[in-house]
Amino acid sequence: MLRSHLDVELLKLLAAGMLLISFAMLSTRRTQQLITLFAWQGAILFLSTTLVAHEAGLTELYFSAGLTLILKVITLPLILHILIKRLGAQWDNERLVNIPVTMLVGLMLVIFAFGLAQPISLLATTITRHTIGIALAVILLSFLMMITRRKAVTQVIGFLAMENGLFFAATSATYGMPMVIELGIALDLLVAVFILGIFFFQIREQFDSLDLHHLESLKEE
Amino acid sequence: MNAHLWANSLNSVLNHPLGSTLVITVSWPVLALACLFRPHSVRYVARFLFPLGALLCVMMFLLAGAFLISGHSPESMTLPLGLPDLPFHVRLDALSAFFLLILGFAGAGISTFAAGYFRSGEGTAPGLLGLHYHVFLASMAVVMLADDAYLFMVAWETMALSSYFLVTSQHRIPEIRRAGFLYLLMAHIGAVCILLSFGVMQGGSWQFTFDAMRSASLTPFWATVAFTLALLGFGAKAGLVPMHVWLPEAHPAAPSPVSAMMSGIMLKTAIYGLLRVTFDLLHVQFWQWGVAVLALGLFSALFGVIFAGVQTDMKRLLAYSSIENVGLIFTGIGLSILFAASNLRLFAALALAAALIHALNHSLFKSMLFLATGSVLHATRQRSLGKLGGLIRSMPWVAALALVGTLAIAGLPPLNGFVSEWLLLQSFLYTPQLPHAFINMLIPLGAAALALTVALAAYVMVKFYGVIFLGQPREASLAHAHDANWLERIGLAWLAAGCIAIGVQPQLALHAVGKSTGMLVGQTIAPDPSVWRIAPIAPEQASYSGWIFLAVILCTVAITFLAVRLLAHGRIRKTVPWDCGYPWQTSRMQDTAEGFGQPIRHMFGAFFRMERELPAPTDLTPRYRVHVEDRFWRALYQPIATAVQRLADAISFLQGGRLAFYLLFSFLTLLGLLVFVL
Amino acid sequence: MRGIAFVWQFGEVILAIALAPLFSGWIAQCRAWMQNRTAPPLTQPYRMLRKLFNKDAALAENASRLFRTAPYVLFGTMVLAAAIIPSVVTDLPFARAADSIALIGLFATARVFQALAAMDIGTAFGTLGARREMMIGFLAEPAMLMVFFNAFLLFGSTALTSVVDNYATHPSVIDPSVMFAAIAFVMVLLAENARIPIDNPATHLELTMIHEAMVLEYSARHLALIEWASSLKIFNYACIGLALFLPWGIAIHGAHVGSVLFALSALLVKLAACGAALALIESVSAKLRIFRAPEFMAMAFLIAVLGLLVHLLLGANTGA
Repeated sequence: MLRSHLDVELLKLLAAGMLLISFAMLSTRRTQQLITLFAWQGAILFLSTTLVAHEAGLTELYFSAGLTLILKVITLPLILHILIKRLGAQWDNERLVNIPVTMLVGLMLVIFAFGLAQPISLLATTITRHTIGIALAVILLSFLMMITRRKAVTQVIGFLAMENGLFFAATSATYGMPMVIELGIALDLLVAVFILGIFFFQIREQFDSLDLHHLESLKEE
Repeated sequence: MNAHLWANSLNSVLNHPLGSTLVITVSWPVLALACLFRPHSVRYVARFLFPLGALLCVMMFLLAGAFLISGHSPESMTLPLGLPDLPFHVRLDALSAFFLLILGFAGAGISTFAAGYFRSGEGTAPGLLGLHYHVFLASMAVVMLADDAYLFMVAWETMALSSYFLVTSQHRIPEIRRAGFLYLLMAHIGAVCILLSFGVMQGGSWQFTFDAMRSASLTPFWATVAFTLALLGFGAKAGLVPMHVWLPEAHPAAPSPVSAMMSGIMLKTAIYGLLRVTFDLLHVQFWQWGVAVLALGLFSALFGVIFAGVQTDMKRLLAYSSIENVGLIFTGIGLSILFAASNLRLFAALALAAALIHALNHSLFKSMLFLATGSVLHATRQRSLGKLGGLIRSMPWVAALALVGTLAIAGLPPLNGFVSEWLLLQSFLYTPQLPHAFINMLIPLGAAALALTVALAAYVMVKFYGVIFLGQPREASLAHAHDANWLERIGLAWLAAGCIAIGVQPQLALHAVGKSTGMLVGQTIAPDPSVWRIAPIAPEQASYSGWIFLAVILCTVAITFLAVRLLAHGRIRKTVPWDCGYPWQTSRMQDTAEGFGQPIRHMFGAFFRMERELPAPTDLTPRYRVHVEDRFWRALYQPIATAVQRLADAISFLQGGRLAFYLLFSFLTLLGLLVFVL
Repeated sequence: MRGIAFVWQFGEVILAIALAPLFSGWIAQCRAWMQNRTAPPLTQPYRMLRKLFNKDAALAENASRLFRTAPYVLFGTMVLAAAIIPSVVTDLPFARAADSIALIGLFATARVFQALAAMDIGTAFGTLGARREMMIGFLAEPAMLMVFFNAFLLFGSTALTSVVDNYATHPSVIDPSVMFAAIAFVMVLLAENARIPIDNPATHLELTMIHEAMVLEYSARHLALIEWASSLKIFNYACIGLALFLPWGIAIHGAHVGSVLFALSALLVKLAACGAALALIESVSAKLRIFRAPEFMAMAFLIAVLGLLVHLLLGANTGA
C-alpha cells in the first residue's frame, strides 16, 4: 500500500505540474518557449498515463502512453519548431490583454473548473478521479490562450494543448478512451498541423505578417 | 465627608448609566445655546465653551467604558417627549456603549483641538460654529441611544443638517456651497432608504420601536429588501462605493476639526446603524447578505486607496483613505455575517471584533491626521501637496504626532491599526471552512485583496507624510510656518496616546468589544487572559504581543546606540547632500505628489478616468496637467441626474403659474381625502 | 517559561546578528564562483562594517531626527524578527509575540521607515528609491500572505514555532501545495531582498536602483547599521523558508545542549545550500525592467493561490 500511496502522490504532483505549465503557456512571451512547454506537457502526460497504467494494470494504456510520447513529445513539437523557423516567428508573441489580467481571468477559470469538478470526483471510481478538476482547468486555460493571443501559431498550440487536457481528463475519469478513437484523434492532429502549416504560409504571403487582425479585413463592407 | 459624597454620587452615576448618558447628551445642546450669548467672541466660545464640551466627551468616554467593563445589563427608558402616540425610547446596551466610547474619546481630542483652532475669519461667527458643533455631537449620541425608528430618524436628520451647516462654514466660496449641496443630497437619499427600511421591518405591527422589530417575523424576501435598503442607506452615509461621491467633496470643504468629526465619528454612526439593523433587528439570516457586504467592502477599500494614491490635495487624500477604511470595516462585517449565517459563531465573533476595533482605530488616527492637516493649513495656507514640504523642521510637534498617526493608519506594529488588520486577516484564514461550494474557494482570494489594500495604504501614507513633512520646502514661504499652539497639541497628543495604548495593549480593545460581539453574535472571543499577548482563537495557532514588539525594538535601539557610541564614536560632519554628485539640487527635483503616485497610476490606470496634458519637446513653457476623475460620477450619477432633470422638466407643466390650477389641486386632494377617510 | 529558554532566545539573536554578514558574504562568493571570477574573502562584510563604523558620519545639512534614528529602528526591527523566527530552537519566549502575519507587518514597518528616511533629504534619487521600494512592497505582500495562508492550511497554524513543532505530521515535500508555496516564497524572497531579478544589489546606475537609491545619503555607522539590517533581513527570510519547508534538525520541545548543537550544524549546512541556490538563481536570471516586476509578483501570487486551490481540491478530497 505504501507504493500505491507514493503513486497517488506522484500523480497529484504531475497534475499540479500540468496546471503550472498551462499557466506558464498563458504568460510566456516567446513562441519557441511555448513549443518547449507544450513538449513538457506531453511528457507529463506520458508519465502520468504510464503511472495509471501501472496502478490499474491496463496494458492498452501503455500503448496510449507510447503514442503520446511519439506524437506529442517528439513529432509535433519538431514539426512546429521547423514551421516557426521557416516562418521566422520564433519570438514575437503579442497579446490582446495584458498579463496580470489574463492571469486573474485564468485563476477565475480554475476556481470555476474546480467547483464544477467536485461532484464528478465523488462519482468516479478511478484512482485519479481527483484530478478531473485540473484536467478541466487545463482545457479552459488553453481556450483562454487561444482567445487572448494575436499570432496564428499560438492558436494552433492552444488547440493542441486543449487536446492534451481532454486526454488527461479521459485518463482521469475513465482510464482512457477506446483505442480506435485515440488513433483517430492522433491522425487528425497530425493532418491538422500539416494543413495549418500550409495555411500559415499562405497568410504570410497575403498579408506579410502572421498577425491575425489582418484577417479581420476579410469581411463584407 | 466630602469623599463620602463623591463616592456616593459616583456610585449612583454608575448604577444609572442610561440616565447619566442622557444628562451628558443634553448638556451639549445647552452648551450650544450658551454659544449664542456672545457669538463673535473667540475667547468665550473657543477657549471656554469648547473645552467644556471636551470635558463632557471625556465623561461620556469614561461612562461608556465603565458600562462595558462592568457588564451592566442593557437599560431602556421611555422619554416623555415626542408625539403623543410615538414617544421617544432610548436604550443603552453593549453596542451603543461601544460606539459612545468611540464618540467620547475621539470627540474629546477633536474638541480640545478645535478650542485652539477656531479663530475669527472662518467665514461664520465662532458662536454659530459652536452651536452647530455641539448640536452635531449631541445628535450623534442620540442616534446611538435611540431605541425606536422615530427618534432614530429625528436624530439622523439633525445630524445631517448640523453637519451641513458645519461643512458650509465658508459659504462664500461657491465650491464649498456645491460640496455642501451634494453632501446634503446624498445624506437625504440615504435617509429615505433607511426610513423605508424601518418601514419594511415593522412587519405589519405598525409599532416602530426596535423591540417590536426584533420580534417581527419577516418573509425572506422582505427581510432581504429591508437589508438591502439599510445597506444602501447606511452605506451612503458611510461612504461605501458607489454612494461615496460626496465624501471627497465634503471632507475637504469643511474646516479641519469638522472633517475630523465627520470622518472619525459620523461614519461610525452609519456602521452602528448597519450593525444594529443586520444583527439585532434582522437576526442575520442569509449568508448571501454577507457575500454582498464583503464584495462591496473589498471593492470600496481597493477603490479608495487607489484613488488616494493619485490625489494632490492633502484633505482629499485623507477623504479617499476614509473610504478605504470604511471598506475594510464593511469587509469585516460581511465576513461576520457570512460566518454567523453559516453557524460558525466563533469566527463570526472574530470578524466582528476586527471590524469594531477597526472602527475605533480609524476614529483615532483619521481624526488625528485631519487635525494635523488643519494645523498645516493654518500655518502655511496651502492645501495642495505640490506646495508643501520640509515642515518637520518648522513644525516639530505636529510632525512628530502626525508620524504616530501615519504609522498607525499604515497598519504597522506596534500601533493600533495593525491590531485590527491582523484580526481581520486572521478571520480570513478560517474562510475555507465555510460549507458553501464556490464561496470557500473565492473568499480566500479576498484575503489577498485585503493585503493589497493594506500595503497600498502604507504606500499612500508614506506619500502623504513624506511630501508634507519631509524633503525640502517647495515654496519659500514655508520657512515661516509656526507650530501648533498648546491646545492643539493636547488634542493631538490625546489621540496619539489612544493609538499607542491600543497598539501596545490590544486586550483593552478586545475587552471593550467582547460584550458587543457577545450581544450580536452570541460569542465572545476569549482572549487568552494574559497581559502580554492576545490569541483570539488559540495560542498555538496565532498570537500577537504589542508589548514585546515595542519593548524589544526600543531596547535594541537603545543598546545599539550605546554600543555604537562606546565601541566606535559619534562624530558627525555636516555637508551638502550627496545626490550622486549632481551639482544642483532644488526643491523642484524631489518627487511631487503625482510623481510619487505614478506607479499606482500606471498599474491601476483602468480604475480612473484621466485627462493628461503632456508637454511637447518644442514647448517654450512646458506644462503638465493631469486631472483624475471618478468613473462613477460619469457612469452612474450624471445619467441619473439628467434623467431626473428630464423628468422634472416633463412635470414642470404643472407649475403653470395660474392660480386656478393650484386651487384645483388643493380641491382634488380634499375630495380624495374625504373619500378615503369617510 | 523555563529559564533556559531565555538563554536559547538570546543565543539565537546573537547568532543571527553574527552570522548574517557571513551569509551575505557566502552568497557573494557563490555568485563569484558561478560567474568565473575571484571572490572577496568570506569575512569581507565584517571588514566593511568595521571600516564604516570607524568613519565620520557625513550628514546632509537638512537631515532631520527621523533620518538619524531610522537606521537604528531598522536594525531593531530586524533583530526582533530574528528573535521570533525559530532558526535553531522552537522554545523561544518571544516567539509568542508574533505569528507569520505579524512578521509581514514587522517587515512592513522596516520598509516604511526606510522609505521615509529616503524622502527626508529631498533629493531626486531618495524619493525615487522610496517610491519604487513601496511599489515592490505592495506587490509582494499579497503574494507573501497567500504563501502563509497556504502554510496555515497545510500545517494548521500561522505561528512558525507551532509549524516546526509539528513537523512530524508535516505533509510530504512532493505535495504540490507545498511545492507551489515554496516556489512562491522564493520569488517573494528575491523581490523583498532586492535581489536579481527585481533589483541588483551591486548597481549604482541611477535609473535602475531601488534599494541602493534609498541609502544613498547614508554614511559611516548609519550605513553600517543599514547594511547589517539588510543582511539580517535576508538571513531572516532564509530562516523562515527553512522553518516552513525544511524544518528537520531544529530542536523542539524541551531541547538540551546536544540537540541544540546538532540543530546549529544543521542550520549552517542548510544555509550554505540556500546561499548557493540563491546565487545560482541570481546568476541565471536577468534583471527585469521595473514595470515587469508586477508581472513577476503576479506570477508569485498566482502560484501561491494555485497551491491553495490545489490543496482545497486534492488534499481535502483524498483519503490517503
